[in-house]
Amino acid sequence: MNSEVLGIILQFLATVLLAWPLGIYIARVYAGQKTPLDFFAPLERLFFRISGINPNREMTWQENLVALLSINFIWFFWSMFILMNQGWLPLNPDGNASMSPDLAWNTTISFLVNCNLQHYSGETGLSYLSQLCSITYFQFVTAATGMAAAAVVFNAMRPQKSAQLGNFYNYFLKSCTRILLPLSFIVALIVLFNGTPMTFAGKANIITLQGDTVQVSRGPAAAMIGIKQIGTNGGGFFGVNSAHPLENPNYLTNFVENLSIILIPIAMVFALGFYLNRKRLAWMIFGVMTIGFLILVFPAVVLEMKGNPLIQSMGIDQSLGSMEGKEIRFGAAASAYWGITTTVTSNGSVNAMHDSFTPLTGMLTLLGMMINALYGGVGVGFLNFYIFIILAVFISGLMVGRTPEFMGKKIEAREMKIAMIVALLHPFLILSGTAMAAYIYHHDPTLAWLNNPGYHGYSEMLYEYTSSAANNGSGFEGLGDNTPWWNISTGVVLILSRYIPIIGPIAIAGILANKKFIPESAGTLQTDTSTFGIMVFTVILIIAALSFFPALTLGPIAEFFAM
Amino acid sequence: MKNQEQSLFQINLVREAVQQAFVKLNPVLMFRNPVMFTVEVSTAVMLVVTLYTAFSGDKTQGSLSYNLCVFVILFLTLLFANFAEGIAEARGKAQADSLRKTREDTPAKVIQADGSIQIQSSATLRKGDQFICEAGDTVPADGEIIEGLATIDESAITGESAPVIRESGGDKTSVTGGTKVLSDQIKVVATTEPGESFLDKMIALVEGATRQKTPNEIALTILLAGFTLIFIIVCVTLKPFADYANTPITIAAFISLFVCLIPTTIGGLLSAIGIAGMDRALRANVITKSGRAVEVAGDLDVLLLDKTGTITIGNRKATHFYAAPNIEEGFFVKNCILSSLADETPEGKSILELAGTLGYQIPTGILNDSQVTFIKFTAETRSSGVNLLDGTQIRKGAFDAIRKNTEAAGNSVPDETTEKVKHIASNGGTPLVVSENNKVLGVIELQDIIKTGIQERFVRLRKMGVKTVMVTGDNPLTAKFIAEQAGVDDFIAEAKPEDKMNYIRAEQAQGKLVAMMGDGSNDAPALAQADVGVAMNSGTQAAKEAGNMVDLDNDPTKLIEIVEIGKQLLMTRGTLTTFSIANDVAKYFAIVPALFIASIPALQYINIMKLHSPESAILSAVIFNALIIPALIPLALRGVTYRPIGASALLRRNLLIYGLGGILVPFVGIKLIDLVVSLFF
Repeated sequence: MNSEVLGIILQFLATVLLAWPLGIYIARVYAGQKTPLDFFAPLERLFFRISGINPNREMTWQENLVALLSINFIWFFWSMFILMNQGWLPLNPDGNASMSPDLAWNTTISFLVNCNLQHYSGETGLSYLSQLCSITYFQFVTAATGMAAAAVVFNAMRPQKSAQLGNFYNYFLKSCTRILLPLSFIVALIVLFNGTPMTFAGKANIITLQGDTVQVSRGPAAAMIGIKQIGTNGGGFFGVNSAHPLENPNYLTNFVENLSIILIPIAMVFALGFYLNRKRLAWMIFGVMTIGFLILVFPAVVLEMKGNPLIQSMGIDQSLGSMEGKEIRFGAAASAYWGITTTVTSNGSVNAMHDSFTPLTGMLTLLGMMINALYGGVGVGFLNFYIFIILAVFISGLMVGRTPEFMGKKIEAREMKIAMIVALLHPFLILSGTAMAAYIYHHDPTLAWLNNPGYHGYSEMLYEYTSSAANNGSGFEGLGDNTPWWNISTGVVLILSRYIPIIGPIAIAGILANKKFIPESAGTLQTDTSTFGIMVFTVILIIAALSFFPALTLGPIAEFFAM
Repeated sequence: MKNQEQSLFQINLVREAVQQAFVKLNPVLMFRNPVMFTVEVSTAVMLVVTLYTAFSGDKTQGSLSYNLCVFVILFLTLLFANFAEGIAEARGKAQADSLRKTREDTPAKVIQADGSIQIQSSATLRKGDQFICEAGDTVPADGEIIEGLATIDESAITGESAPVIRESGGDKTSVTGGTKVLSDQIKVVATTEPGESFLDKMIALVEGATRQKTPNEIALTILLAGFTLIFIIVCVTLKPFADYANTPITIAAFISLFVCLIPTTIGGLLSAIGIAGMDRALRANVITKSGRAVEVAGDLDVLLLDKTGTITIGNRKATHFYAAPNIEEGFFVKNCILSSLADETPEGKSILELAGTLGYQIPTGILNDSQVTFIKFTAETRSSGVNLLDGTQIRKGAFDAIRKNTEAAGNSVPDETTEKVKHIASNGGTPLVVSENNKVLGVIELQDIIKTGIQERFVRLRKMGVKTVMVTGDNPLTAKFIAEQAGVDDFIAEAKPEDKMNYIRAEQAQGKLVAMMGDGSNDAPALAQADVGVAMNSGTQAAKEAGNMVDLDNDPTKLIEIVEIGKQLLMTRGTLTTFSIANDVAKYFAIVPALFIASIPALQYINIMKLHSPESAILSAVIFNALIIPALIPLALRGVTYRPIGASALLRRNLLIYGLGGILVPFVGIKLIDLVVSLFF
């Protein structure tokens, strides 16, 4: 077998093998059981004493949501202040300017919602203070926000009637100290030892082999790259993200960084199984996610390794695969694999140019974000999947002749309303955003947003909104996106598509937790079977894929057939 | 009338439904159903486009005939959906009307304030009026007997020809309007105002005037509205996308894509399914007071069933004669016959029956009061029997009573007999001991006879996940034995009315839904407490008020049927929703290439059905979408058959038939329609 293919198979297997024990560990952390990292406890107690929070106070789902949203609100102003004043604030050796209000809005929102869409380039757009206190800080706390939200839902799924769903602050802080910090520390060390810089010094002057003097940007990069991957953040230190030789120096770092992208998303699914002691349910969810993931990965890898027939016809060798926009140190297979992993999760870091993928691979990355629940972002991926489960339970519950119930709780009109709003939001934001952009561009082509005309240009716009709505943050590039229209409109999409899909599942889970628990009988629909898995998969396919079919037809599909 | 299988589409019902199909086009009525309402709006838009094309001669929106075709098909889609609802209503009404016919104007002998009797029309009877019914009279209204006893022919309501006895006091006090008094005279107080009987309420429910959407129907409507919204977004945003790609799309194409994608199949059939559920209950002679009760029935976890009449056939029967040691069997049986000759109880009769089948002569007409003296059963002696002319005293009774007398007379009870008595009791039987002159002759074994086929029904219920509980006045030992024999999961022995209530509460506290059937006034609180309370029509008014269903047949096994009707209702909703949404895959592959193929010829590769032209593809999809509604009306009315094969297997089966089938059928259907349509477009 081709060593490139073997490389990605190994990556996937290694991820699952590590995610299993990590899942056990995460479940123990949220359940408040003994773990090897209990030495963090004094630090956590210190935080709680200073802030005056009682981490043992059980809160209702509404109280948990208020806590989540209010802390996010404060972070917004914190980051706006730093970004708009970074020019004169300390730790700015390269003398980068303060951000314009619309770019600061977009950047703050983008990192606040764990998206990390970047309409700037790190080397010239940010000071080290901004990189650390805004960007890297957000990469920790927003990932922990998503995980804590998932932990509240885990708690709500217990087989009992209860309004008390744990303490958001407790879950949040423990996610930071017990899970994100240790894991990202390990990843940071690995990339550091492989050549990624970690310094507060400004640009370095280096004389190249040709004898020219070039300036090389550096900074406290290694620390950020760890959490960037572990917390499905994806916002790069450097503009070209993990395609940059200092951000992702070699195949080993690529292996580790790529593994880190889907490690916690998979581990969260296992954690659910251990937390509720419903391992079969966890396997069902993992199975559906994995099948969907492989359906995207397999053709992407094949297509990229096959090469681009148009370039082939120009007489350029395609035996290494379609290498346009890819790094030779990673190769076609590892780039395609990364492309899919980063889009199915809401990571968004890239090690190759997504704009240069062959059309159908471009479509597969789009699909990964349109579904946004195959593993998904840390914590929030499971929350998105939870909505699909609710919808699938409703339809299949009826099909077995009972009014629908999930985990012993009846699903009624109120829950359906919330689930439908969340499910609707995603296609609504993507399609209406792209429609407005297409309309504006069609009526005023002088805008010159697009570097490519036709289907590909359309795909670029579609990708930008899809990436925003999925809180992914990767870009198709080729799109001039640092303009007020793109900064503001994607900012709005980012906020809506972050908070509503968190509020929705917590509300549903909270309402369900407050209902009477109905013990299982022979007539009850079992949700941990492969049959139900197929049902969930079908619902995902129909809602997420079918609603985008016409849009994809005009973009990548038309481009593919026109090739 | 009972369980009469009518064809689904009787001509008079169809005529009414067609008429309703047009009446229901009223947008105010349509608004209740968001899916079909959007179709109506789309149809209106197409009408405008068609008129525009006809009068302006502008061909940019397609030819007149094409636009007209799309308009007509959409209009038919609406009519089909309305027809489905109309035919379900008409069937329900027809069924209810035939019940109502039984209570058309009949003369009522009303007792006036001064005590005189005046004959007036039944329509003038108010609640609280008292009237008299004599042999040959038709009971003019629902009521409760306050004086007297009568045999009544209820066949008009239940279809059962055997007359029943109704009397004042006790649990059999109810009479129903339209039934016929065969003998005796009763004094009845009317319990309902005219037009407010259960039947009237049921008819109103079916007719839609007071029909409320059930909670599950509301939730499903939200799901369908959500899908409709998604596809509104998909279709609206397609316009700027197409403009960007310089691909003009006609209004007809947009509308067609939209109507095909939204779940019109389930949207059009949803209310018909709900009404059909109540129809099926009515067809099983159960009157439901709300659509919700039928829905809940599908969810039931626990059924409380009375032993007598449900699990066992009425009464105990003699099954064996066991002679005491040193007593000749023939002699013993003869004495058993003698002791039972005057015994009018079912048990007594069954002893004679058993003796007869064993080949013994049953003397008839030889014995009469002049030759023998019959001793009646009393609560003190707990035995009955006969004194012969020669002074021989034969007694038959409970073991304790006979033993007391025997021992008082200085005789001992043989150990073998004592053993036998214990053995019979522990096997669920009732021992009766027979003695001659206070000397024990032997034991008769009486057994409850479990209804044939009832075990299978309980197995079926268990597979559905329904727990069955037997309620009986028997002692725990007997109850346990019968419970095991019949295969029920649990039992309440020596049950008092409050025991039922407590049991229901305890189960409900665990989150379970409980159903019970009852007739007596003392059942009323439990009927009200149960999630589904089925009152027997023969029961007291209080019981009927407390329950949420009334069984006209007074058949205690009806609960089992009700559960299946409820499950059918929910399954039909689920499977048709799945089918409807699965259809979208094929419709996409028909319409999307048709939209773009003119300006992007490369997209012909996704025209995998090889449809003739964009116009024919769009028309075929819309025609399929319209035709599938009438094609599924029979399924919606009859309901999807429930099979107790376990939830997972059932899901797999339905997913295969309605999910996979829903994906494949339209590919075939649209292609076939296209072959015809391509002759014209």
